[in-house]
Amino acid sequence: MEKITSPELLDQKISECTEKLSAKITGKGGKRAILVCGGTGCLANNSKEIIEKLEALIKEKGLSDRISVNHVGCFGFCSQGPFVKIYPEDTLYRAVKVTDVERIVEEDLINGKIVEDLLYVDPQTHEKVARMDDINFYKKQKRIALHGCSVINPDLLEESLGYDGFKALKKVLTEMTPQEVIDEIIASGLRGRGGGGFPTGRKWQFAANVKSDKKYVVCNGDEGDPGAFMDRSILEANPFEVIEGMMIAGYAYGANEGYFYVRAEYPIAVQRLLHAIDAMEKAGLLGDNILGTGFSFRCHLRLGAGAFVCGEETALLNSIEGKRGMPRPRPPFPAVKGLWGKPTCVNNVETLAQVGYIIRVGAAEYAKVGTAGSKGTKVFALGGKINNVGLVEVPMGTTLRSLIYDIGGGIPGNKKFKAIQTGGPSGGCLTEKDLDTEIDFDTLVARGSMMGSGGAIVMDEDNCMVDVARFYMDFICDESCGKCSPCRIGTKRIYELLTEIVEGRGTMETLDELKELAKITKNNSLCALGQTAANPISSTMANFYDEYLAHIQDKKCPAHVCKSLSKYYIDPEKCKKCSACSRACPVSCIKGVPGKEPYVIDQSKCIKCGTCMATCKFGAISHE
Amino acid sequence: MKIRLEVIKDVREICQKHKDEPSPLIVILEEVQEKYGYVPVELQEVISEETGVPAAEIYGVVTFYSFFSLTPKGKYVIHVCLGTACYVKNAQAVLDKMCAVLKIQPGQTTEDGLFTIEAVRCMGACALATAVSVNGKVFPRVESKDVEKILDEFRNQEAK
Repeated sequence: MEKITSPELLDQKISECTEKLSAKITGKGGKRAILVCGGTGCLANNSKEIIEKLEALIKEKGLSDRISVNHVGCFGFCSQGPFVKIYPEDTLYRAVKVTDVERIVEEDLINGKIVEDLLYVDPQTHEKVARMDDINFYKKQKRIALHGCSVINPDLLEESLGYDGFKALKKVLTEMTPQEVIDEIIASGLRGRGGGGFPTGRKWQFAANVKSDKKYVVCNGDEGDPGAFMDRSILEANPFEVIEGMMIAGYAYGANEGYFYVRAEYPIAVQRLLHAIDAMEKAGLLGDNILGTGFSFRCHLRLGAGAFVCGEETALLNSIEGKRGMPRPRPPFPAVKGLWGKPTCVNNVETLAQVGYIIRVGAAEYAKVGTAGSKGTKVFALGGKINNVGLVEVPMGTTLRSLIYDIGGGIPGNKKFKAIQTGGPSGGCLTEKDLDTEIDFDTLVARGSMMGSGGAIVMDEDNCMVDVARFYMDFICDESCGKCSPCRIGTKRIYELLTEIVEGRGTMETLDELKELAKITKNNSLCALGQTAANPISSTMANFYDEYLAHIQDKKCPAHVCKSLSKYYIDPEKCKKCSACSRACPVSCIKGVPGKEPYVIDQSKCIKCGTCMATCKFGAISHE
Repeated sequence: MKIRLEVIKDVREICQKHKDEPSPLIVILEEVQEKYGYVPVELQEVISEETGVPAAEIYGVVTFYSFFSLTPKGKYVIHVCLGTACYVKNAQAVLDKMCAVLKIQPGQTTEDGLFTIEAVRCMGACALATAVSVNGKVFPRVESKDVEKILDEFRNQEAK
């Protein structure tokens, strides 16, 4: 692309690109477009091979000048992926396999007939749905942070420009003073989406108030919460939107350099981000004197090297500085003394992805969506025991019930809903009684959990809550940086106590000790990692105290998860002596004589893996 | 451990390439890890000479982040996802089975140098839970009964 050196040139470019993208979507000019999901989940499910096969077949049939094949970012409905969408008809095919490609080309692209069996089937009405907007999963969503996801090709600056990209940047550079930008963001009520929920505009104001020769913007893409992938999907689907948000932040408080800190485990996001930075530099949208306005801005990328604590902003800054990612005591806050000692605002990916929209539509319009204390939308990564696993963006104030049942499609296999964990290892679990809670930053805290970055893991009756609490504590132990002793020792001791309980060695005193330790760790740790580490314990204890008691007093795990407390038996009456279980057993602890004697499990050797039970076709094996 | 001279030369070049960036230590370590699969103490000393950062501090950084390894990894690195979404779908059983079959613990490498097992926290393929990846190739919806089949795929590659 030639350099865009003035606001007028940008306008011209935007209108050219908008027309081009809209022609692609509406089929103006007689060309059809195929979009294929290129998010991490679908790529792992062969979407790259689907694209290659589509391209090859279309070329072979001589259709290349009439049909284009594009990769786009995450469609969000990951459990139904990979997706193939065809414009202008707006037909959405789901769970497409490489072997389906030939039929899509033959039946749809050549003969104009929809391939019926690749359409989404509504589980309630059993009707086939051909258009994305008619699918229940999408109906209740509102896309602000996910703007452009699954529409634009994330590798093309032109498509971003054709889909509202950089209109906000132009507006702030040509029509607004930095203070007006900050005021607008404050007025919008935008709060940080990384978990804390601190008002973004106020953070910018703090940095603006400090006089300094150098300031930085840092984008926190170190999404460590296991089971959360909002930031990754945004960066993979529309990196331009996030860079634009970062530049607007820079303009607002006087920073001219930005650092992205992204997990090394996200290679596709990293590659697309680097590509976007490069394309913008070439187009003159990053660098010196952008659009001839005198504003200069440069972007850099640093990779997270695998430490959960680096999601904490001061630890993240240490990591960028090449040190161990340990948190710094606050104050001074990063907005005063941050990266290399200079004023720095650390903003989450999703936060920055909302900035452009706020500037484009205005704070008042943005603030119409959401609740009194939390404006706008929030992206959640729905996972675990839920039918529609995926990425959803809903207005603040949506109820958990709506999130789980209307959008998430409920629990698979007619199992009973037990709990939903929000806020990851720092959050808590919410249960049946919380289902009608309207989700926002404050209601979730009031209910004993927190928003966190947006991971939402659903659990059903087969999950043991004590085991889940122990799982989170294991995670936190691993990830505690070791700097302060309440967190380093406290989390380890909590983990040991929970292990005692799940192994059947717990007593009522163990519970008292747990409560005490949870309090100490919470009150005395240096950073949020330790301060919130005990949340999963407190919330599972508050909601599932009877499960703790069952483990301690009855030495039973009601969900049959905790191995030490469960036993597998073969019913000699039902056993058909087929030897299948014996052959499947990884530790060879099942003995019998094929066709003659029923099989018996040697309890002293059994590792309680459950393989035998899964193998037996006659239902002869049970556990308690 | 004896490090080959050309490796040392190459690591020096990597250091030189990044020397003008602010605080480049982790950037350098990431490149070395990526290229050679580990960052042994001997190479940390080379990096120390080039960057002027004390070797003890480099060791501190290398051992802090899970991305860096002090020992070489196997030819096939198996990642079993233990993110929450996978964990609630019984990922632990898959990991246990994997360990039982290969007779190693997470983080260890088999004696023949073929497999390394690592328990990782969320690769973001939550819709494919339980997800297992081997050298980047993702196996979706793995159950413990699938473990042998996955391993065989790579054992067969070796046998060829």
